[in-house]
Amino acid sequence: MSRLAIQKTYKLYIGGKFPRSESGRFYAINDSKGNLIANMCLASRKDFRNAVVIARNAQSSWANSSALNKGQILYRIAEMLEGRKEQFIAELIAQGETAENAKTEVLLAIDRLVYFAGWSDKYQQFFSCINPVSSAHFNFSVLEPVGVVAVIAPEKQSLLGLISVIAPAIVGGNTVIVLASESKPLSAISFAEVLNSSDVPGGVVNILTGKKEELVNQFASHMDVNSIIYCGADEPLMLSISELASNNVKRTTFYKKNDWASDSCESPYFIEKTQEVKTTWHPTEI
Amino acid sequence: MIPNLDNLPVYDTAGVNERIARFCSRSIKSNSKLEGLKLALSMVDLTTLEGKDTTGKVQQICYKAMHPHDTLKNIPKVAAVCVYPAQVAIAIKALKGSGIQVASVATAFPSGQSSLEVKLLDTKFAVDQGANEIDMVISRGQFLAGNYQYVFDEIVAVKKVCGQAHLKVILETGELDTLDNVRKASELAIYAGADFIKTSTGKIQPAATMQVTYVMLDAIKDYYIKTGKMIGMKPAGGISTSKIALQYLVMLNEVLGEKWMNKNYFRFGASSLVNDILMQLVKAETGNYQSGNYFSKD
Repeated sequence: MSRLAIQKTYKLYIGGKFPRSESGRFYAINDSKGNLIANMCLASRKDFRNAVVIARNAQSSWANSSALNKGQILYRIAEMLEGRKEQFIAELIAQGETAENAKTEVLLAIDRLVYFAGWSDKYQQFFSCINPVSSAHFNFSVLEPVGVVAVIAPEKQSLLGLISVIAPAIVGGNTVIVLASESKPLSAISFAEVLNSSDVPGGVVNILTGKKEELVNQFASHMDVNSIIYCGADEPLMLSISELASNNVKRTTFYKKNDWASDSCESPYFIEKTQEVKTTWHPTEI
Repeated sequence: MIPNLDNLPVYDTAGVNERIARFCSRSIKSNSKLEGLKLALSMVDLTTLEGKDTTGKVQQICYKAMHPHDTLKNIPKVAAVCVYPAQVAIAIKALKGSGIQVASVATAFPSGQSSLEVKLLDTKFAVDQGANEIDMVISRGQFLAGNYQYVFDEIVAVKKVCGQAHLKVILETGELDTLDNVRKASELAIYAGADFIKTSTGKIQPAATMQVTYVMLDAIKDYYIKTGKMIGMKPAGGISTSKIALQYLVMLNEVLGEKWMNKNYFRFGASSLVNDILMQLVKAETGNYQSGNYFSKD
């Protein structure tokens, strides 16, 4: 008996829910032969604004959850992704990857989650320090999450790149709003389904699909965003991001690298990029 | 005299919801939106009703009422500051010469579970302290038990003690269960001499909803048609965003019309709404979405 094909509707991921864009707009993703794979939501600046409100509200309780708990949740994401890896491989192939590359990318993405999960209760010791000072103070520095992080994910390696950027941000207690790869956005939304079934509290990761042209300046100028990470190599865009981000002194990071598979992408310094150092002067004598 | 409550219109919830859905889907262009936001700001009763209110807190919100924002130009002050009776004198002093009214809740707010004598003394105290507006609560227990005469007489008695002060009557619609009850309570309040009718204390959920506000506006409209007298409306509690405030203004305009579109006849009982409106106004001026970090909390 022949069946009707059941196609997945790809929507946005905001606050642990899958809404459509409030604008009602969408754009088509085609395979290399020009056949339609899916219609993606074309997120508007209002979708972004809503996501920021939700990410802000979710941030303090996420930051206050224990390091152990955050590590467990990241590991849980890896477990869920492991169980669905065939689907992710097929999706990458549909978007133009070779079978071999697709498989490598998905396996590396899973491993990367495990890698950052492991850092959850360790990076603080790695970066914190006691500072010698010439007065009667006990002086020490520790890391605190910057807060809400806006991420423009890499255009290529749309799954591995996305995970490599958001895992270190959330493991450090930040909440994120990500603009998925514009040309290969399917994996990001399927990954949202994984997040949604991995005990990640709603609002910790929010994923939008849409046009860089429309959204990047909004990401950079929003006063309630504390840090922005841009993955790409568009120099004029980076200049514009820097200028807009300066209005509220956002921590700004540019990743120009092309290869998110390399070993250099596994480093605790990715976590440090979305942390602020707090130094405390504690009087020791009167 | 107590109005006849037997022949009031009855409300079909599905119908009311449908009408409200239409208010919420009106397209408001950016210039109108800006005007609407400023109008909403001018209608706010900036409220602090907490056991932990101190002189400092009340002085702070009075300052906020007079200077909602430091750099935005051409923005109005809020309409009134709403406090407990014990804080009225502080608010009066802080707001002197600003033209901003001082509203005080009274009558054993928020439950209203006390004797008439105590309620009248409570009201008299607030009026003597200088309150220009009194927000009283009705006795919901008596209302639900069917003692409409009791509820009516109580409002009449409080109105008498108010003297020159405007009287707002809080129905606490979250405890009245049905829209028909809301209509009945509105009639009682209006005929007993209320200058304003108000949805909620803010202490009970749900507080103001568009549904109950619609029913109350409808009661005001019928009274106006019958007598020519204009009664004011104050939804309070839960209106925290500009978007919702604009939807209320659309409803006000479509049900009662332009004559009601000012602070003499419409108020928002709110606290966090002010910052949301300010953020929208700054966004309109600078083009950037704003953060709560850059706006004073009180």
